Amino acid sequence: MEALYLLIPLSLILVALALWIFFGAADSGQFEDLEGPALRVLRDDDSAGG
Amino acid sequence: MNAIARELVGCFHCGLPLPDGARWHARIDGLERDMCCPGCAAAAQAIVDAGCDEYYATRTGFGARVEEDAAPALALFDEDGNSGEGSFTVEGIRCAACVWLVERRVLAVPGVLEATLNVSTARVQVRWDPARCKVSAILRALHAVGYTAYPYDPLRHGEQLARERRTLFRQLFVAGLSMMQVMMYAVPVYLADNVANEGTMDADMTALMGWASLLLTLPAVLYSAQPFFRGAWRDLRRGVPGMDVPVALGIGAAFGGSVVALVGGGGDLYFDSVTMFVFLLLASRYLELGARRRAAGALEALQEGLPASAQRLPRWPFERTPELVLATALRPGDTVLVAPGQAAPADGAIVEGETEVDLALLTGESRTRRMGPGDLLPGGAVNVAQPVVLRIEAAARDSTLALLVRLAGQAGQGKPAIALWADRVAAWSVVALLVLTVLVFVGWQLFDPARAWPAAIAVLVVTCPCALSLATPTALAAATDRLLRRGVLAVSPHTLETFERATHIVFDKTGTLTLGMPRLLATGVLDAPDAAWALRIAAGLEAGNPHPLAKALQAAAPGAVCAQDVSYMLGQGIEGSVDGVRYRLGSAAFVAALAGPAPLRSAEDEIAGEASVVWLGCGGHWLARFDIADDLRPEAEAVVRRFEAAGKTVVLLSGDTPQAVAALAARLGIRQAAGGQLPADKLDAVRRLQAAGAVVAMVGDGVNDAAVLGGADVSFAMGGGAPLAQLHADGVLLGDSLAPLAEAAVTARRTLRIIRQNLAWASAYNLVAIPAAAAGLLNPWLSSIGMAASSAVVVLNALRLRK
Repeated sequence: MEALYLLIPLSLILVALALWIFFGAADSGQFEDLEGPALRVLRDDDSAGG
Repeated sequence: MNAIARELVGCFHCGLPLPDGARWHARIDGLERDMCCPGCAAAAQAIVDAGCDEYYATRTGFGARVEEDAAPALALFDEDGNSGEGSFTVEGIRCAACVWLVERRVLAVPGVLEATLNVSTARVQVRWDPARCKVSAILRALHAVGYTAYPYDPLRHGEQLARERRTLFRQLFVAGLSMMQVMMYAVPVYLADNVANEGTMDADMTALMGWASLLLTLPAVLYSAQPFFRGAWRDLRRGVPGMDVPVALGIGAAFGGSVVALVGGGGDLYFDSVTMFVFLLLASRYLELGARRRAAGALEALQEGLPASAQRLPRWPFERTPELVLATALRPGDTVLVAPGQAAPADGAIVEGETEVDLALLTGESRTRRMGPGDLLPGGAVNVAQPVVLRIEAAARDSTLALLVRLAGQAGQGKPAIALWADRVAAWSVVALLVLTVLVFVGWQLFDPARAWPAAIAVLVVTCPCALSLATPTALAAATDRLLRRGVLAVSPHTLETFERATHIVFDKTGTLTLGMPRLLATGVLDAPDAAWALRIAAGLEAGNPHPLAKALQAAAPGAVCAQDVSYMLGQGIEGSVDGVRYRLGSAAFVAALAGPAPLRSAEDEIAGEASVVWLGCGGHWLARFDIADDLRPEAEAVVRRFEAAGKTVVLLSGDTPQAVAALAARLGIRQAAGGQLPADKLDAVRRLQAAGAVVAMVGDGVNDAAVLGGADVSFAMGGGAPLAQLHADGVLLGDSLAPLAEAAVTARRTLRIIRQNLAWASAYNLVAIPAAAAGLLNPWLSSIGMAASSAVVVLNALRLRK
């Protein structure tokens, strides 16, 4: 049971980390277009962009 | 691909030549590009703003010329802003209570006569007395109640909706993460609370779990729940309770009570309930906003009813250099050039040139009409043959088309009774819930003050309108989403509900039950070697001709030969030579002049049925005949049968000739049919049906249908039809096919069944939970499970609709 005294604070840190990563991803615009990447990956030419 | 960009000399967007001294530009991918008109510049800017500039890198052809012009249109709005009528985009609409609040607040502004909020587009339509009220007064009033409002502007509107959605997505994610984690701390505590496991968790551990839960609930309450607190604060300041008030109170009371209990070391913790509550409510709002955003996007794409620009000839008849002006800037007396394929920008009389015009948009009549000098050309009529010069008789906004717009707008103002009822119920249920909470609190104060707070909190948390407020919007959002994937855009919130109740389905003919454009039905081979050869010659002669009959031939031909010396004889046909042989294509009399006496059977065939007959001949020979007509949609009969099988009466109302309408009705087995109906007649017919107690669903496509679409209880417009009709319909059939309509009827029935199930479940849950909570019988884990189960059942039940 004593392990929980370590594990619970650890889980809090993990949640904070997850939130930080999520906000970073959202700020960089990764959630702006959830359908486009699925289409772009099939495009034949390798031109830059997207 | 990218070759387009490199070789470009014209407009970067549409590829048309740049007018002299073009001054429109757009910055695309870091480069300043020339644009031929403000419409294209605005479109390009919108493409860039939406992050879609990749379009320019990957496109394989030019975009269509954009006739819409946002900025000058807005300036125009300022100019005659005090016309007494206008639309304002309102940000922050969430529920029926907000709708009610916005309308009420705007109506309270002195001088405002009428205000109707369209929730699907988040826009409020206002009519006011110009002498007593100004646009700014309305905007200020809306701002004061906490809604950002501005004159409707599509570009900015899209941006606002997107921002709202982005914020909501983050809040939803935070709430979800917080909910899962808090639940992991809460479950062990509940398990340890159980009688069998009594004492398996010591006090320190329980406190640790509690503090960890508190830490994780903070982001959900402080960040994710912001929309509820803001909404509640706005409502309270105005003294008008909305759904947000009990939600905010529930969150605040449960969170505050739990913190007190945690610090004080006694009492129940509700952190898990709080986070789950916030998450579920945000999820339903996100679903709703997504459906609303898509509907708004599809609607904005359709808004191009009037041609926005015109080619004015300022010095006609001495000089004929056209200058491009906004259609709204045209004044009576101006002369404009209407090129083939273009629509007349306003009502005007032809002063030069003779042509054929397509009035289908205005009258629903499928055949073209011949017009010459002196004839009045209504705004919106499409010129299909020769360029003509028009003297404008009425400003664009007073033109026939604009009048139809206004007529349709007025017909669409009335709200269905069910929507008004929902507005009232929402406001009252909130009040009732708050009163009940106070009663419970006071009651417990008298008997057992120690339990007053927990019981009041329990009432707010357990009965929080969660399940009830999720019941309808989740089902509607799921159904809207399903329909959108099947090709039906449900615009109004009441579309599905009213469609299910409809007793009469009224169809328009041209473009709705029929394809709306002529199609080659049969080719009769006379002296030609075979049908394909004849079609190739015909298509070669008609190449580039925008006439509907010519388009039908071009579409049917397996390919076209190259024709020389092509000349067009107005209303008769076309002449040209292929490989040195002269051919004539057109009416029997026209071809007879070249080919000699007509074959005997022609006379009776030409009037048979609705088909137009086009002949092809060369010197001395009649080669072929082409029967061209506006044909039935292939799915029309099946759709009519399905509605009849479902016990609904199918009615046909059309502006076309009574004979043509009767023939079509007989083919489809429709018993109630009327032809020669003007827009006002159609509206009358629908009103008569409604007066007799019928609930009317209308399906149409033309501008002439706009009024009747607005007047019917529920209406659908064809996706390929006039944008104006789509604007005034409650739903749009995006795929330009009738088949999804039958699908929509099935979905409507299922949706209503699911809404009823949801409401029944939510009511039953509340009937059990409210007395239990008020009596103080609920401990936190029971109320958590109750809350979660009640909401989850509702959401999962609604999601069945998406499949």
